[in-house]
Amino acid sequence: MPRLLEVRDLVVRYGPVTAVDRVSFSLEAGETLALNGPSGCGKSSTALAVLQLRRPDGGEVGFEGRELTTLTERELRPLRPRMQPVFQDPYGSLSPRHRIRDAVAEPLKVQGRWNAETGPARVAELLDRVGLDPSYGDRHPHELSGGQCQRAGIARALASEPRLLVLDEPVSALDPSVRAGVLNLLADLQDELGLGYLFICHDRAVVRHFADRVIEMRDGRISSSQLRRSPGAAPR
Amino acid sequence: MRSEALLSVRDLRIAFDGVEAVRGLSFDVRPREVLAVVGESGAGKSLTARALLGMLPPGATAGGTVRLLGETDLAAQRGRRIALVPQDALSALSPVHRVGDQLAAAVRSVARVSRREARARAVAALDRVGIPDATRKARAYPHEFSGGMRQRAVIAMATINEPDVLVADEPTTALDEERRDQVLRVLGEQREAVGAALVLVTHDLDVVRRHADRALVMYAGRLTELGPADEVLTRPLAPYTAGLLASLPEHARGRRLPTLPGTPPAPGALPAGCAFAPRCPLAAEACHHEEPEPVPVDERLVACHRWAQVPDLAVELFMEKPHASSS
Repeated sequence: MPRLLEVRDLVVRYGPVTAVDRVSFSLEAGETLALNGPSGCGKSSTALAVLQLRRPDGGEVGFEGRELTTLTERELRPLRPRMQPVFQDPYGSLSPRHRIRDAVAEPLKVQGRWNAETGPARVAELLDRVGLDPSYGDRHPHELSGGQCQRAGIARALASEPRLLVLDEPVSALDPSVRAGVLNLLADLQDELGLGYLFICHDRAVVRHFADRVIEMRDGRISSSQLRRSPGAAPR
Repeated sequence: MRSEALLSVRDLRIAFDGVEAVRGLSFDVRPREVLAVVGESGAGKSLTARALLGMLPPGATAGGTVRLLGETDLAAQRGRRIALVPQDALSALSPVHRVGDQLAAAVRSVARVSRREARARAVAALDRVGIPDATRKARAYPHEFSGGMRQRAVIAMATINEPDVLVADEPTTALDEERRDQVLRVLGEQREAVGAALVLVTHDLDVVRRHADRALVMYAGRLTELGPADEVLTRPLAPYTAGLLASLPEHARGRRLPTLPGTPPAPGALPAGCAFAPRCPLAAEACHHEEPEPVPVDERLVACHRWAQVPDLAVELFMEKPHASSS
């Protein structure tokens, strides 16, 4: 079976600045790979290039055996649902004018998978799965706490039935107690669904706890790479 | 404890439309100390910080007293004896004025000195926070500064009039660890240089551990626990403090982290008795009827009926029992 994600010699440039300089790594289903490093080290640029939200200037991104960098936008479209981003700012990533229920339903509608009869139940099921009472579907993002909003963002990502989640600082804006709940949720979802996580985070303690492997980035390059958790040592 | 106060807060109450968000908070800030104010979002930390600066948001009504060396008009002291260290350095500086002019204006707002003297102090302040070639940089605009230099410039601005108290509300939340430690180091150096106390509002317990002398833990607008930071963080007396500590990654068992069950109550929808009781593993009958008042325990204050029942390894209260499945 092909690897979930195989990145080779990835390059991202912004004008004269090389933000990502020949970065290579791979990720299996059910595994968490953390990208750690200071602001400006290229970790978020790497994430955007993996998602093909910012087309890379060089290198290869293999996803479930398909090479993404050579695909047209049209050819990418059916693959996009399978790789979903979750961003840092839970309020900024949900439209303030849409109810939570509509935000979670939107991917299903866009992808032509919306069924007027079963759709609402599917949305309720997704909200329940991320630990939100389905009644929260009636609310707007500003009526939710930061942690609840981040859960809603995860529910929206799950609606597409992804295989890979690209989590860009998903818990950095949250209180420690709320952060713990969201990390537990992500761990449960991974165990249950076998999702691969590309986990971008600048908090070393969180990274040490949560990731299977950690890649440290600095000035656009990988400065070190290590195994954090051996599968036998930390039973799930 | 009381006699050493530089800043004293007594029965502070802050309400919006009659609903109290800060509910009778009393504490002191001692000269030259770093007092961390911790708690979850909505606990009233930021409102308390704003009350210290006389900067409450529109619509807020305040009761109780805040006294800085006997002075109660805190807004009049802002920029002189008490100063804010802003969270967002970019929006704290005017984009259309030179950095040095902004610092000089801060000097001239409180002291009758010549423009030349104010400008000299501005350059000296930029130099103190480690901005290279400060004379030239003083003539630059904020957009010509890097993010780290802007952060230093606002610290220079906050300390330029040598205040007695600095108030910083989540000064490092948006920063990565390297920048965070750098900002806190510069802030610490300047605080010591001018002999100011620092009230540091943060939800980062690692910052508290490394930078605070004392910690004030707030929950639902009240004091939960106040004491030396190392004691509060290593042997909490209040179950709520224990719950906050338990959720740190270092307490993970396997992959799951302990969490505080439930969510904080909304102001105006408080339970009867102790506001934390519905989430508390030690709650007893009395906790659901009577709100606990802070009582002294050794060097600390704790507001909890059950503090004597909190085990030495208090984080154990929140450890999950092993379970077969989480779904």
